[in-house]
Amino acid sequence: MALIEIKHFIKTYSTGDSSFNALDDVSLTVESGEFVAIMGASGSGKSTFMNMLGCLDKPTSGSYFLDGIDVSKMSMDELSEIRNLKLGFVFQGFNLISRTSAIENVEMPMIYKGVAPEQRLQRAKAALKIVGLEKREHHLPNQMSGGQQQRVAIARAIVNDAPIILADEPTGNLDTKTSIEVMEFFVKLNVAAKKTIILVTHEPDIAEYCKRIVRFKDGKIISDELNTNQKGLDSLDKTHYEGIL
Amino acid sequence: MIDFESTFKISLRSLKVNKMRSILTSLGIIIGVSAVIIMLSIGEGAKQRINKDIASMGSNLLMVMSGSTTSSGVRMGSGTQPTLTIKDAEAMLIRCPSVAEVAPTVSQVQQLVYSNQNWSTTVNGITTGFMPIRLWEIESGRAISEDDLKNTTKVAILGSTVTQNLFGDMDPINKTIRIGGLPFKVVGILKSKGQNGMGQDQDDTVLIPITTAQKKLFGTDFPGMVKHISVQAKDENSLESAQEEITELLRERHNLGKNKEDDFTIRNFTQMLETAKQASNTMAILLGSIASVSLLVGGIGIMNIMLVSVTERTKEIGIRMAIGAKAMDIRVQFLVEALLLSLAGGLLGVVIGILGAKIVGLFSDMTVVISAVPVLISFGFSGIVGILFGYYPAYKASLLNPIDALRYE
Repeated sequence: MALIEIKHFIKTYSTGDSSFNALDDVSLTVESGEFVAIMGASGSGKSTFMNMLGCLDKPTSGSYFLDGIDVSKMSMDELSEIRNLKLGFVFQGFNLISRTSAIENVEMPMIYKGVAPEQRLQRAKAALKIVGLEKREHHLPNQMSGGQQQRVAIARAIVNDAPIILADEPTGNLDTKTSIEVMEFFVKLNVAAKKTIILVTHEPDIAEYCKRIVRFKDGKIISDELNTNQKGLDSLDKTHYEGIL
Repeated sequence: MIDFESTFKISLRSLKVNKMRSILTSLGIIIGVSAVIIMLSIGEGAKQRINKDIASMGSNLLMVMSGSTTSSGVRMGSGTQPTLTIKDAEAMLIRCPSVAEVAPTVSQVQQLVYSNQNWSTTVNGITTGFMPIRLWEIESGRAISEDDLKNTTKVAILGSTVTQNLFGDMDPINKTIRIGGLPFKVVGILKSKGQNGMGQDQDDTVLIPITTAQKKLFGTDFPGMVKHISVQAKDENSLESAQEEITELLRERHNLGKNKEDDFTIRNFTQMLETAKQASNTMAILLGSIASVSLLVGGIGIMNIMLVSVTERTKEIGIRMAIGAKAMDIRVQFLVEALLLSLAGGLLGVVIGILGAKIVGLFSDMTVVISAVPVLISFGFSGIVGILFGYYPAYKASLLNPIDALRYE
């Protein structure tokens, strides 16, 4: 069975008498280990789709099997647990908790999972080391650059060992050089750590780093193709594998 | 489910971020708790003081005073008309079933002299019933006996203040003092009772046999006349019947016609003190309730700030939910925050309340008694206030939709 199996997703927003479908019969299957870019102009429904994919929102109709579990009929609390165990989020705005150190931000998913404090600290340290921030454990978000903050967010996304990473415009707030660094890191996570990554972007340059590109328009998938010319693979350096593996 | 230590840490951190705000929010609780403690301590002090007065005065006590004289239309106040006699007292004991004991008393201020010391005090002529009714005990020596009364012996029992002033550290037993020029042998010393409710020194007194006082010391135109009669009723419930029986008896003995006013007054001291006790209880409850209102207002302050905090941290709540916090986790976190605010305030309030009560006790003449119960109750109440007023904001936070919360700027 596929890791993600979405069938006939419809999301209807109604305002007064009129209603429109933000998602109009979307079906998508993602296998384990894939690296998918979801592209589309704003208003195309890609962010709405991403929220459903991340179990943050429920479709009006349609079914969603995540890792073989039917999540479309789960309660909010059950979805919280799914998000905690199966999904790692990376947002455009980083979404770190302010006035809270890097390591404490990374520890947070484990707190809600119920991991013991000592183990939590150990794993948070390891995750920060993987993203190359072992020297900034006690820095606060506002003491770090955008790229560093996004790396903390990635550490937070991988610390619970979730199989899927969902990234919503992860490079949207970053400069080109940092964007490349972050994307190369995603490639590494995908190749070396076998993480399934689904990434929303509107920049073709960023989508180039993914293996598969799905395009949205007006709430529908208009194209779904493999990227034969994936970037970032040449940056893979054997020495970087260690931390991730 | 999130562990307690982590919840505590997270809550503590968010309170530390807004230090000034947290302190100001707790201030309501601090003031409330300390006010409750101070008020209840003052109330308890008043109650204990009245209890002490009751205990030192004697229980189930009625005081029969002779009536007032009217001189050219000017009434002189009770005790000025010599209408009560020892015979009246004896009759009460025999004819009034509700009366347990009587103690007719005459008293006058006299000058006491021993060697080169002298002292002015109230000299009370008493019978054997006086000491048990008024709860006097002998420290050393002996009490006044029936023989003393019969033989009008010139013996005296001194209160500790008098002893101190006339004899210093010497033992006064069997020494002879002069009262109003007459020699009296000191046969006993009273156990100290301290001040009464009105702040008078009860130990500044001398007791002599009533017969001696009437016949030899106090010159009077009316033989056998007494100033007042202390009456002890059989028990608390017979106080009123005793009062009625005495009134009937005295009206009969004094030949008072139907239309004539009583020529005596009966005061029910025990009842007066009981009333005072009830009044002080009511006062304590009243003060406590007013103080509790400030505790309640403090709680509303906490709710207000927690609601602000929830709105301010909507995005944080969204992030926490996105990475796996359940509704209950969010609720517990905000509830613990509110509870920390109120309990910290409560703890500080307890400290300030105890200090405040002590200061009130030091700088005013009020008796202040700090007991554990009001302290524990007000501290516990601060916790209840925290839960009560923290619950709604916490509940509101837990109801947030993760997507809306994440988008909140």
